[in-house]
Amino acid sequence: MNPKKDLLSIEYLGADEISQYLDLADNFLEVLARPIPIVPSLRGKTILTLFFEASTRTQISFSIAAKRLSADVVSFSQATSSVKKGETLLDTARNIEAMKVDGVVVRHSAPGAARFLAERIDAFVINAGDGAHEHPTQALLDLMTMRQHFGTLNKLKVLIIGDISHSRVARSNIYGLKTLGARVAICAPPTLIPLDIKELGVEVFYNLDDVIGDFDVAMALRIQLERQQSGLFPSVREYRTLYGLTKERVRRMKKKSVVMHPGPTNRGIEIDPDVADSEKSVILEQVKNGVALRMSVLFIHAGGKIE
Amino acid sequence: MSNMLLKGARVIDPGSNLDAKRDILIKDRRIARVEKSIANRKARVLNARDLIVVPGLIDLHCHLRDPGRPDEETVETGSQAAVAGGFTAICCMPNTDPAIDNDGIVNYIYKEAARVGLCSVFPIGAITKCREGKELTEFGELLKAGAKGFSDDGDTVADNNVMRHAFEYSKVFDVPIFEHPIDKNLAQDGLMNEGLVSTRLGLKGSPAIAEELIVARDLLLAKFTGARLHLCHISTKGAVELIRRAKKEGVRVTCETCPHYFYFNDEVLESFDANYKVNPPIRSEADRQAIIEGLKDGTIDCIATDHAPHCQAEKELEFANAPYGMIGFETAVSMIIMELINKQKMGWLDVITKMTVNPARLIKIDAGSISQGSVANITMIAPDRKWKVTEDKMKSRSKNTPLMGYELKGRVKNVILRGSVKYSLKD
Repeated sequence: MNPKKDLLSIEYLGADEISQYLDLADNFLEVLARPIPIVPSLRGKTILTLFFEASTRTQISFSIAAKRLSADVVSFSQATSSVKKGETLLDTARNIEAMKVDGVVVRHSAPGAARFLAERIDAFVINAGDGAHEHPTQALLDLMTMRQHFGTLNKLKVLIIGDISHSRVARSNIYGLKTLGARVAICAPPTLIPLDIKELGVEVFYNLDDVIGDFDVAMALRIQLERQQSGLFPSVREYRTLYGLTKERVRRMKKKSVVMHPGPTNRGIEIDPDVADSEKSVILEQVKNGVALRMSVLFIHAGGKIE
Repeated sequence: MSNMLLKGARVIDPGSNLDAKRDILIKDRRIARVEKSIANRKARVLNARDLIVVPGLIDLHCHLRDPGRPDEETVETGSQAAVAGGFTAICCMPNTDPAIDNDGIVNYIYKEAARVGLCSVFPIGAITKCREGKELTEFGELLKAGAKGFSDDGDTVADNNVMRHAFEYSKVFDVPIFEHPIDKNLAQDGLMNEGLVSTRLGLKGSPAIAEELIVARDLLLAKFTGARLHLCHISTKGAVELIRRAKKEGVRVTCETCPHYFYFNDEVLESFDANYKVNPPIRSEADRQAIIEGLKDGTIDCIATDHAPHCQAEKELEFANAPYGMIGFETAVSMIIMELINKQKMGWLDVITKMTVNPARLIKIDAGSISQGSVANITMIAPDRKWKVTEDKMKSRSKNTPLMGYELKGRVKNVILRGSVKYSLKD
């Protein structure tokens, strides 16, 4: 497998490669600010967005990015809890191959699914989230947003709060942040922290109030309510009490600090509405940067030419 | 039956502690003589120079999918794969459909094995009816039909009281309970070993303690009841330590591990290749080292394959949805040679002990030795022979091995069962 063909994970990217995505995304922000925000770079290319897990915003973000580059976009989404019920991913791959698309953006509940597809088709594959494994474009747009705000990620102190165990956003961000020299910590109850995570070079905290004052960035993760049913935390109320980004907590953060969230937010649970809508919040910047970043990713992997 | 003479072999016979060049004369299904040089004009001569000659290997743990899944394996195709891997006797687990929980199914397997005639097949009966963990099966009837032990296989008996009664009842027959130790609540349908690698890959982990908790429970129950316990496919450092300690205390426990637990560590899962998905999962490097230590110091008595065939369509699903198991008969000897012998972690005598005399003693069969008068079950191995694993070479009906396409070293050349050649490697 040619690593340049696909974007499957952040873990194996070097700082140069990450910067390349971010630099080009910064350029595309300028394109997006034009009266007619379209460039012809990928004219004649066909991009398929294949979402086996419900997600509107990521799919829309990719579609807009592709259209801004003049690519043709075909979207398919089917939320399946078990792939066994429908067509297998292998059959899907063979069909895609037969239909000759140029690129596939895939989201799937199974870790490794994007790689599974990438190993079996000639089209380039962009991983838009594979289970709890990785979500590379989310991490890249987060890095882009932090770089915009702070100028550099070197020595930046980032705290990721919430369900690390089940979070592909956390994993991709940890890899990217570490590669760019940031200091990363996580904060969650041990039931939501995967084993041996310290070996990835992150600090681990259980008590948010003790540490929140030390960080430049507080990134809250979406808490899936079914985790409460499986006994990983006792109640939504207690979760908010212990780990919610409240006004009181955010007030104790550093002066230039920001609050982030990959969306969609559970307002009033992991983040309070008055925090999500406050000056400290860069949540909508993340969404805006997402389009530019995904343009950058599609451009690079589709072999686009700068005009 | 004509006589057969094996010339110039390096004979490894753990029963007589023999590791030396010998000729072997086979007469009427039995070994007539084992001597430095035998001349016999009437016998058919098999040149065994440069070959390692060992008693026919015995596998305590395999899945033949018969009855139930003839598309994956049958007694017939399983026997073909077993002899190609050097095994002359195999024990098949009861997770068939229907389960091996009555004498009728034991009889069926014996009948099939006899019809095929390539190796001995010894069924392991279910502990409980339909392997549901509730009511004991008729141990007596199953044993009379030829079952060699009892196990509910992957469906570990969760109810401690049922397990206590199983241990107690097994004492009537002095037969071992084969335990697949896994606490299903703790394992949580984990897809791989829980640790740094599962954390990185986002794959749900099955922790080592899910295995160790049941190992500890069963050791306590075995001690309490005085019954015989055989722990299947041990994979963790903690399990090895628990067993080592229990053996010192005199608990009647034996255990096995499989080649994939000392050959691989969980970093191989980075490929997301579903052929590495097994239960128990491939563990960390520290566990792998502890397994090798356990083999060396005798804590681990046997090496079994846990040959677990699965059809291609099911293994080609995403990792999370693929079934657990890899085939193992035909690659076991190579993996043992490459990892244990060639890396000088163990000698031939020690390794072969765990594949012949130890399993034979455990299930009380007359096999596993090359000495005057013993049944002529013999496996001849070319230890330096290189070969590439390809689908067409594999006799198993299923091809689910992560070693597909890899070049291995060491291969079984000939297999003799009760004096007649059942397998010869085609050059």
